[in-house]
Amino acid sequence: MSEATNDPAQTGGPTPETALAAADQKGPMLAADGTPLKKSLARALRRQKLRALMLIAPLLLFVLVTFIAPIVDMLFRSVENQIVSDTLPRTVVALEDWDADTGELPGDAVFQAAYEDIFYAAERKLHTRLGTRLNYEMTGVSSLFRKSGRGLDDIGEVYQDQFKDVDRAWDKAPLWAEMMGSDAWHAQAEAWTKGEPLPEFELRAGIADVLPRTAAAYAAFAEFQRVEEEKSLLKEEPWTLVHTALYQDLAAGDVSGYTGPHAAELAELDALVASPDFETVDIRAAFEDIDEDWMDPEVWTTIKMYSPNYTSGYFLNAVDMQKTPEGAEFRDEDERIYGLLFKRTIFMSLVITFSCIMLAYPVAYLLANLSARSANMLMILVLLPFWTSLLVRTSAWKVMLQQQGVINDVLVWLGLVGDADRLVMINNQFGTIVAMTHILLPFMILPMYSVMATIPPSYTRAAKSLGATNWTAFWRVYFPQSIPGIGAGSILVYILSIGYYITPEIVGGTTGTFISNRIAYHISSSLNWGLAAALGTILLAVVLLLYWAYDRIVGIDNVKLG
Amino acid sequence: MKLTKTLLATTALTVAAAGAHAESHGNMANDMTLVSWGGAYQASQDNAYVKPYVEMHPDVSVSWDESSNEAVAKLRAMNEAGNITWDLVDVVASDAIRLCDEGLALEIDPEEDLAAAPDGTSAEDDFGDLLVSDCFIPQIVYSTTFGYRTDMVPEGVDAPSEICSVFDLETYPGKRALEKRPINNMEWALLCDGVAKEDVYDVLETEEGQDRALAKLDTIKDDVIWWSAGADTPQLLADGEIFMGSTYNGRLFSVIEEQGQPVGMMWDAQVFDLDGWIIPAGLDDAALARVKDFVKYATDTQRLADQAKFISYGPARLSSAPLVGQHASLGIDMAPHMPTDPANAKNTFLYNYEFWADYRDDIDAKFQAWLAK
Repeated sequence: MSEATNDPAQTGGPTPETALAAADQKGPMLAADGTPLKKSLARALRRQKLRALMLIAPLLLFVLVTFIAPIVDMLFRSVENQIVSDTLPRTVVALEDWDADTGELPGDAVFQAAYEDIFYAAERKLHTRLGTRLNYEMTGVSSLFRKSGRGLDDIGEVYQDQFKDVDRAWDKAPLWAEMMGSDAWHAQAEAWTKGEPLPEFELRAGIADVLPRTAAAYAAFAEFQRVEEEKSLLKEEPWTLVHTALYQDLAAGDVSGYTGPHAAELAELDALVASPDFETVDIRAAFEDIDEDWMDPEVWTTIKMYSPNYTSGYFLNAVDMQKTPEGAEFRDEDERIYGLLFKRTIFMSLVITFSCIMLAYPVAYLLANLSARSANMLMILVLLPFWTSLLVRTSAWKVMLQQQGVINDVLVWLGLVGDADRLVMINNQFGTIVAMTHILLPFMILPMYSVMATIPPSYTRAAKSLGATNWTAFWRVYFPQSIPGIGAGSILVYILSIGYYITPEIVGGTTGTFISNRIAYHISSSLNWGLAAALGTILLAVVLLLYWAYDRIVGIDNVKLG
Repeated sequence: MKLTKTLLATTALTVAAAGAHAESHGNMANDMTLVSWGGAYQASQDNAYVKPYVEMHPDVSVSWDESSNEAVAKLRAMNEAGNITWDLVDVVASDAIRLCDEGLALEIDPEEDLAAAPDGTSAEDDFGDLLVSDCFIPQIVYSTTFGYRTDMVPEGVDAPSEICSVFDLETYPGKRALEKRPINNMEWALLCDGVAKEDVYDVLETEEGQDRALAKLDTIKDDVIWWSAGADTPQLLADGEIFMGSTYNGRLFSVIEEQGQPVGMMWDAQVFDLDGWIIPAGLDDAALARVKDFVKYATDTQRLADQAKFISYGPARLSSAPLVGQHASLGIDMAPHMPTDPANAKNTFLYNYEFWADYRDDIDAKFQAWLAK
């Protein structure tokens, strides 16, 4: 305390005045520990912010991990397309040189690549998955791939049979393992017992120079047996693809330089392949045998078009367009649906929001202005539907609105409507609007009520005492103060209704369904998750856009939930 | 990656250890989660073979999950998350084919995994053509067919007995209920537009054929209520909302025999479809052993015949047909209510799985666009 009474000029320490003066003269103002005040203040603030951040970190992490990440992951599927290049890597590369515009089939190299790719994919049971994916783009690819997975074995079997006729050992595992694998690996493989991890396969030195294709195919086979099947190569005879590869190597090159195990058998095969009686298979013809569709350039165009890792195809599809070699084009008139559904969803959600406002306003007004007892009673009535299952409420509307339903029966009984021409009030837009207005009404009433409850009744009384009519007092004084409640309720109802699908599905018929019904269909029935994700992304973008527009026009500060 | 593997390995070890502890005999898990459709169908499965199986193996506890409707999507999600919580899933054949295509279902070997018929016929021959996918274990044959209100048939007119009366608004005025998807509706439309039964799919492959089918459906579009849940048509029929509507034959059986509604069956051009089990891919050994043991029992000749006591769907085994008896509580003969009964099966279709696997996406897009117009 005593220091404070001292003359600052005598104590020598920095006081606000001296410090300011000092700052003016010789650089930055200093804190007690000598660091610049600005820096020290910033540090203190940062520490405070960090502490606040740490407090909310658990919640933030929880939201990120369980909410944001899955949504981003799901939305990301709308552009993901690695499946084609992962399943058909060689074909995709081989197709790069092919020009789809010529209208001609790709060359033999592509068929060879496709043979290998589909063969591997079929062994790993991935070819049908790719078929399903490409079937979204071109009808018929699904069964084309399914058939091909089965049919491509035939090519290699031709060679396998002929090799076997020369020497049965070619149809057995040991010969192959001895010839293709290194001695060190072979010793390990022999020592292997069931239950242990299998030894990693190693090619015999030099074999890849003599028999390049065979070595590659056998190595792939070995890896598959080790990782997927966990079976010893000493017991498993190789795929028919390996036999095809051996034929191709023998036909292309000279194996006389090979001196490893089974060189004699190999020389024997070489002579067989060179003889004119040897039966060969043209891979292209084999593809044609499996299905004529392989001779349709459009199949190859589709594969090429969807070979990049990321595609705009789903998004184009979601706006009724499609990818063609000439660029994006609109679909045929009779296949366009999403544009219509988006427009309908937005329009009907607006109608539902508007009818909710009209119905909710008087109820909220009553709630806010009645005596506590009757207001409580009314509140329970408002909340009651909340505690009832959504399906029950929707089905109840079916009973009410259908042609043999309660409302029509009453109208007929009153004589207002003839028995023969009962009103159609369900399985159309009207049904959806009625049922959804009812279901979403509490979401409008509650925010309205919580805002109206805070409007002091004295304002209206004051307006009236100054000579305003009931209407003027309401319209000029009360209503403007209740607008934040309308805003909050509208946003809630609108955003909820734009993503609704159970109610439109049940009571919407064909004209009252929303875009979300198609999203649900693609998620759960057609399994076209990419398209569903694209539609969902667009829907999300539309909601954000409308929210932004709302903010610009009404102002988001004008929204109050209480 | 390494961490994930370690985690997986430890989890697997813990699970295995816990499993080993709980096992009473052999290497089988004792908990099974079966997935089915709920309602009367699931009850028939429960009565015909789940309860008897649990009686034989008191240690086993079975829980049901009524998710067959979304089974394909949920299995795919489980597979991506690497956490399969189901042991056996009841799906229709087309879903089984898709699950098999996607590698989400386990391939089975009928000779090894399924029981032979009592007379020694192999399971493969006993099920015959109904083994439509390598992963599919058929249980029942059901059909999608029409029911109509007997009290709404106009006077002086015979009750409808053939499929084209659906498209005949003059003779049979009134609303119809059709399923909100192209499958079956397109076939019926072409059939009634003069296409021969054996040519239906050849015609439907072409754009003109699809337009032709839609044009035929256009003639009744204003009088159609489109359903998406199997329970819709029975409700609409019971309320007198429609004159006739398509649904699964078992649903109509319960409307007619159990609820006593004035509804008649129209078996003409009924479309056979199959329902059965698939085993999800990626089960651990103990769970798989239990499931295989159960499935072998649950799909043997007697068990499939027993199921027909509780619901009017035909057993998928040839050898079960002669054993079909009376309804468990109603006491009526079930044979005449089976879609496969010769009197009912004079004119039938078999769901063309391959065609619809290829054309489903394409035709569905057209069909939905047509509906929305």
